[in-house]
Amino acid sequence: MSIEIRDVSKSFGAFKAVDGVSLGVPTGRLVALLGPSGSGKTTLLRVIAGLESPDSGVVCFHGENVTCRDPRERRIGFVFQHYALFRHMTVFENVAFGLTVRPRAIRPPRPEIEKKVLGLLKLVQLEWAGDRFPSQLSGGQRQRIALARALAVEPRVLLLDEPFGALDAQVRKELRRWLRRLHDELNVTTVFVTHDQEEALELADRVVVMNRGRIEQQGTPMEVYDSPANPFVYRFLGHVNVFHGRVREGMVTIADDQFGDRRAAVYVRPHEIDVERSRNGNGALEALVKHVSLAGPVVKIEMERTDRGGNVEVDLTRARFDELQIKTGDRVFFALRNMQVFPEDYVI
Amino acid sequence: MISKIGKSHPGQWLLTAAVLGFLSVFLVVPVVAVFSYALQKGVAVYLSALTEPDALAAIRLTLVTAAFAVPLNLAFGLAAAWAIAKFDFRGKEVLVTLIDLPFSISPVIAGLTFTFVFGLNGWLGPWLGRHEIKVIFAVPGIVLATVFITLPFVARELIPLMESQGSEEEEAAQVLGASGWRTFLRVTLPNVKWALLYGVILCNARAMGEFGAVSVVSGHIRGLTNTIPLHAEILYNEYRTEAAFATASLLAFLAFITLAAKKAVEWRRRRA
Amino acid sequence: MPLLLKRKSVLPGFGISLGFTTAYLGLVVLIPLSAVFFKAAGVGWAGFGDAVASPRALASFRLSFGASFLAAAVNALFGTATAWVLVRHRFPLKGLVDALVDLPFALPTAAAGIALTAVYGANGWLGRPLGAIGVKAAYSPLGVAIALTFIGLPFVVRAVQPVLADLDAEVEDAAQSLGASRLAVFRRVILPTILPAVLTGFAMAFARAVGEYGSVIFIAGNMPLHTEITPLLIVTRLEQYDYAGAAAIAVVMLAVSFLMLLVINMLQRWTRRRAGG
Repeated sequence: MSIEIRDVSKSFGAFKAVDGVSLGVPTGRLVALLGPSGSGKTTLLRVIAGLESPDSGVVCFHGENVTCRDPRERRIGFVFQHYALFRHMTVFENVAFGLTVRPRAIRPPRPEIEKKVLGLLKLVQLEWAGDRFPSQLSGGQRQRIALARALAVEPRVLLLDEPFGALDAQVRKELRRWLRRLHDELNVTTVFVTHDQEEALELADRVVVMNRGRIEQQGTPMEVYDSPANPFVYRFLGHVNVFHGRVREGMVTIADDQFGDRRAAVYVRPHEIDVERSRNGNGALEALVKHVSLAGPVVKIEMERTDRGGNVEVDLTRARFDELQIKTGDRVFFALRNMQVFPEDYVI
Repeated sequence: MISKIGKSHPGQWLLTAAVLGFLSVFLVVPVVAVFSYALQKGVAVYLSALTEPDALAAIRLTLVTAAFAVPLNLAFGLAAAWAIAKFDFRGKEVLVTLIDLPFSISPVIAGLTFTFVFGLNGWLGPWLGRHEIKVIFAVPGIVLATVFITLPFVARELIPLMESQGSEEEEAAQVLGASGWRTFLRVTLPNVKWALLYGVILCNARAMGEFGAVSVVSGHIRGLTNTIPLHAEILYNEYRTEAAFATASLLAFLAFITLAAKKAVEWRRRRA
Repeated sequence: MPLLLKRKSVLPGFGISLGFTTAYLGLVVLIPLSAVFFKAAGVGWAGFGDAVASPRALASFRLSFGASFLAAAVNALFGTATAWVLVRHRFPLKGLVDALVDLPFALPTAAAGIALTAVYGANGWLGRPLGAIGVKAAYSPLGVAIALTFIGLPFVVRAVQPVLADLDAEVEDAAQSLGASRLAVFRRVILPTILPAVLTGFAMAFARAVGEYGSVIFIAGNMPLHTEITPLLIVTRLEQYDYAGAAAIAVVMLAVSFLMLLVINMLQRWTRRRAGG
């Protein structure tokens, strides 16, 4: 089922949490709301769920306006950041809750509920945990129970608030892949909130980058990563070098202040910089290697420009690094392979 | 901490002895005295003091009073905690402070307030008189004064707990389709049951044992408006020492049961 | 009700729960309480002054506040020691002693009053030896202080106990490793940490003692100008049908109660800041 959000705003006192946001989520997609804390992503998710009512704007599920509907009438699955499992109920009772609280007329018979819950526990690979209490489970296991509980009511939409936020790095990675497979299997329209760009880029079909209650950019992970719409998205989606340069007639330089009178900020990712031992090509600039960090799949090099100072971060592949044999104190030359230019006065 | 306990120090034993001495003189000796004086003329006298009609009437009235005050203040505590812990509204802090008010007011003044409202010269006195309804020097006054005194007990146990638990579980229940009432019964109430029981135990102990407030509005009519504590006072003033102490021993039993139940609930809460 | 809400919530029942809470509180506590002020206002300033500044009223204030202060001070000292012993030392029946501390909360005041009077009376278990050294306990201001010490006993213990339990033993070890003597550790490290809690307990014990009635009237002897506490004077005025006089004295006590409530709130905030920081 598709979700359509039109011009939604929500304030808490003087604070504008969501500011005129419009967004469409097509049926069966997995969409990430990505942004720093306070960017309004959780509020937007809660507005979709009906846990917050927007000050203005409309939320539609499959063309039907649900803005004024209670959350319990929306048939959604919501996974809370800290899971909100009912601590006095067993895992089984937790998962069964959404079915057992239905009015008698539409409540499935007991055996059917049991079958369904056991099926869900199997789906989340916790069939052995039915009579445990939430406090007896690990964080990752609680997370999966929360998901099973949300799925039990056969939601039309699945909403997850920082689903992996409270877990350690190893479990995060595993659960992330697992959730992706689960989504491909069930094909429920899913929206999840995260502040972790890696998570959003790896997991989602579409990424919606939010900041200060507004959408900065939306698109496929590749689109937002490779062509960020503005400096904020650039910075938020990974490390970036910012050079101050001048623009004239569609050309930009970061080395010559006399080049033109329009200032510009040049954004370059660390892996988009080429390093050479000698100056070949006239665009190259000289730098002094300050530090080399060898741990991990890429070699991180920190260097300082010799012409006007300022640090430059560069990521090199292992192979390229072995070729160049760089060490601290060396003088090298670098050139920008790919860049994005924004007017200097842009305020983030 | 363990290392501190391990290191034995003469000063520590002196301090422990001083504290135990202080507690003995102020707590143990008076309680032992109650039973000693109550039984000094034998068990038969003790039992007859507790089974005389006036004593039985006092016990009955005490139970009736608690049977009104505890459920009323339980309902109040739940409503207050729900409003205060689950919602953000103007004037919340003032409300929380006002709920504690009965604890910081002299019981005598609590009784006095009802005299000024329902007594002969009170606001509603003439009207009540015309309709021959008695509140002061009658059972309704005793119940009212007790409700006043024991009002905060349940609420002040529930409010901090429910505030610390937040609203996420209730929101989850709503999303899963539970109605408000079902959410309250199946999610909120089980989560606070031990705190609730704790509050009820304390509320009940005070309701049954209240003296000052009840004394002002009771009128001390034997067999009619005397609770157990008031009955003990009358017997004491009449120099019926054994009977007075026998009655006081009932109150001491109430205290023991209260302390034991309180400990049991504290233990369960730590485990839960 | 939506006017009151700062933030809308999906949870139902705000209107009905807040409505019930305020109506109940108003009917049971606030409206009756306002009756006292109206009654007292009825006599005007002069009448109010006469009732409150009569020698008998002044003597009762002196006794009630003095004995309450003394009792709270004793409890501050012994309550802190009790909390210390319960947290730091191990001895037989510690669990029972810990439970027993709450006895004054659980034991109805009438029973406490009768028991204390018997024990401290001239022929009582403790009254006789005290009498032999020339100390009259029951039916004297000292008796009032004894009863008030009893009923205020748990406050300081229960205020200080959790703070002491939270006090990191490492901090003390660190202080000792820096060369501080045991006394210096107590004075410079422990005392500043628990002081807010001690004062909170003191204030609560004092507030409770000022209003106490049941446990005191048996042991006090109730001699006007000598051993008559303020709450008893209110009752006496009431029994003499001097409603305005009773109300006037009650207003003074209420003012003190409100003040104590304010002080206790401030102290608790201080305690939380100290313990939290």
